[in-house]
Amino acid sequence: MLSFIRKRAFASLISLIGLLVMVFFLSRLTGDPASLFLPVEASAEMKAEFRALHGLDQPLLVQFGQYVGNVVTGDLGESLRKARPALDVVLEAFTWTLWLAVITMTLVTVCAIVVGSLAAFRTGGFFDRFSSMVSLIGASVPDFWLAIVAIVVFAIQLSWLPTSGTGSLSHWILPICVLFVRPFGIIVQVVRGSMISALSSAYVKTARAKGVKSGPIIFVHALRNAMLPVITVIGDQAASLLNGAVVIETIFGFPGVGKLMIDSILQRDFNVVLAAILVTAFAIFLMNLVIDMAYALLDPRIRY
Amino acid sequence: MADHLLEVRNLSVDFHTATGTVHAVRNISYHLDRGETLAILGESGSGKSVSSSAIMNLIDMPPGKIASGEILLDGKDLFKMSSEARREVNGRRIAMIFQDPLSHLNPVYTVGWQMREALKTHGKGNSEAQAEALRLFKRVALPEPEKALDKYPHEFSGGQRQRVMIAMALALKPDLLIADEPTTALDVTVQAEVLLLLKELQRETGMGVLIITHDLGVVSEVADRVVVMEKGQLVESGTVRDVYRNPQHAYTKKLIAAAPGKGDMHEPATSGEPILSVKNAKKFYGGFEALKGVSFDLKAGETVAVVGESGSGKSTLARILLRLEEADGGTAEWKGKDLFTMSPGDLFKLRRDLQMVFQDPTQSLNPRMTVYQLISEAWVIHPEILPKAKWRVRAAELLDQVGLSPEHMGRYPHQFSGGQRQRIAIARALALEPKLIVCDEAVSALDVSVQAQVIKLLDKLRKEMGIAFIFIAHDLPLVRDFADYVMVMQKGEVVEFGTVTQVFDNPQKPYTQALLAASLDPDPDVQAANRNARLATAS
Repeated sequence: MLSFIRKRAFASLISLIGLLVMVFFLSRLTGDPASLFLPVEASAEMKAEFRALHGLDQPLLVQFGQYVGNVVTGDLGESLRKARPALDVVLEAFTWTLWLAVITMTLVTVCAIVVGSLAAFRTGGFFDRFSSMVSLIGASVPDFWLAIVAIVVFAIQLSWLPTSGTGSLSHWILPICVLFVRPFGIIVQVVRGSMISALSSAYVKTARAKGVKSGPIIFVHALRNAMLPVITVIGDQAASLLNGAVVIETIFGFPGVGKLMIDSILQRDFNVVLAAILVTAFAIFLMNLVIDMAYALLDPRIRY
Repeated sequence: MADHLLEVRNLSVDFHTATGTVHAVRNISYHLDRGETLAILGESGSGKSVSSSAIMNLIDMPPGKIASGEILLDGKDLFKMSSEARREVNGRRIAMIFQDPLSHLNPVYTVGWQMREALKTHGKGNSEAQAEALRLFKRVALPEPEKALDKYPHEFSGGQRQRVMIAMALALKPDLLIADEPTTALDVTVQAEVLLLLKELQRETGMGVLIITHDLGVVSEVADRVVVMEKGQLVESGTVRDVYRNPQHAYTKKLIAAAPGKGDMHEPATSGEPILSVKNAKKFYGGFEALKGVSFDLKAGETVAVVGESGSGKSTLARILLRLEEADGGTAEWKGKDLFTMSPGDLFKLRRDLQMVFQDPTQSLNPRMTVYQLISEAWVIHPEILPKAKWRVRAAELLDQVGLSPEHMGRYPHQFSGGQRQRIAIARALALEPKLIVCDEAVSALDVSVQAQVIKLLDKLRKEMGIAFIFIAHDLPLVRDFADYVMVMQKGEVVEFGTVTQVFDNPQKPYTQALLAASLDPDPDVQAANRNARLATAS
């Protein structure tokens, strides 16, 4: 198990380095921060001074070398905009995103497993057809549209919930509900398919021959076997939330890492962009490791 | 008159499918008493498992439907019970064991957990269930029963898994045990042990046993009475001896006649040069030595049967001879060249001469290709054999040769029965005009009567075309009828090699003797004599 984690960590390190190289050079292609930060009428001398101050006058490769050197020592640089360490800015935003992702995915997982399992138990029945329809709609609805409609209905017309921002528990409800819909729709379908094959398996027949009740047959015998493909999809969906639900965070003015990233790209705040990418990439690496552990936990035949 | 333990009366079960209604069983009746063993004998598609599924309430409805009839357990109709009462019967009064214990045990829970579940479902407490599970594991003679409880199904061998299934089925001392092909997936020696265990347990508990099988040998070994089923109908019933000695129905006669192991044995010609000469072939998987130096010669038109139990290395031998895997030592001389170290170019030419027929034609035929495409693919790869203009004619000839009709060329594999599919696989192998065909359990998945037809076909090809065969099998009677030489393997080594008469009539090695003794004979009297002899030597 330990050697597996080591191997995985090494592979992730290589992809992190690749990511770093790509993002560093690509972001430099998007324009000159000096002309964006300083007022339009700033003189060429002022721009040169700004560049010298932030090391932007050095050749790109030198800048990259310095950056990598700093990263290794844990220094991700200063935010150009906020005059604070970029890592602090990112971690602050990432905490918001993390909470949003954890709450949403927990709700999604529980609901999708229950709904998908029950649908699979009586394939073709009313509940199955109803939940299939709902989940199909959920998986297909564009989330930005849903977010706007939700704001119009619940925040503006009914005035039940705040339109955007943070501050109270009620601020969380709309973003969570909107983010819930797509992963729920997708995971219900996967749970249903996986459960149908688990419920038609031979060991379920054995359980029925033993006289086991329907509840334990579905949720004890079949479900644990059906969870392996489901976990893969849950991880996939969770990763897209951890990356920052850019559109949803922007619409709801939610100060998460997705919104931070978009803002920083627009403002050429390179250090923040790079720090945000490193942090989310690291989080996704950790999550994938957890998923691999979960495989081994669920299925005794899988050993690393 | 007292009630029978189990009585099935006029049972009909239909399955409503997209293509119409299938009458899976039609109006069948049979009964079973305590302490008695009844066998339901039939081939695939005969409906032999349907009535037992109905007894266990395992038929999915829909698509299934009980069209008529009743099933009485101690005089009470199972169909008229509430679903809760019906569930209580399962496990407590009637228990079941299945053909493939690996897939019938839940892979993600320990066997101890699954044992305790059976007991707790029917009201036993946790510690009581634990103690009882341990007692049962000891009773079915699982090694290290305390540790075994904490193991998962994949950590056991096939025979041990079936013991776990039996222990679980007997947990609540049921009155009736249904065994659906309980030993079909097991090696012969393990089969003999499991059947013996079932008989002992039946004697201890006095339960009735309903055994479903396609194997006349199993019937003669364990059953008191037998019912024979064909196409959903019960065609004959009676005591095992009566039915075997004096079958009334044409189908029963055909089944008994098809049972292998009664024909004349081959006496191989002694002259001729070997076409294949294998010396000291070895294969490792990591540190595990799967083949520990196997040597044999094969002449044109000859058949070497490779027999042995699972793990003996017989399939590994086939795979390295066909270079599907690389050998780790030794030589295999084919037409003056070493097959194991041959260049890719030579190997490509060699593929024409060496063909393989696999166990499961459903998996070895591409389901998206028509029969014509399957056969002619060989000529696409080796265009020098036949100009394209003649492909259709030749494919038709090949189909004719294997007993199929040329009109079948446009069909897909799923439109054929298992036996027909294996014929297609053989036709495909013949398309390249091979000198040697390796059959890896090529007829094991087929029904007895179909088996006999395919063996006849292979025999014809051997005589007419001089094809040599390496015939890998675990079924000894089949080998006896078909092979010239027999190579007995155990744990990667050749235990005994000789002509079929030598090996069957005068086996030298204890392992060969044990294999032959464990092999079941369809004749109940012969089988009883064999069993007594075996038990006498064991004690």
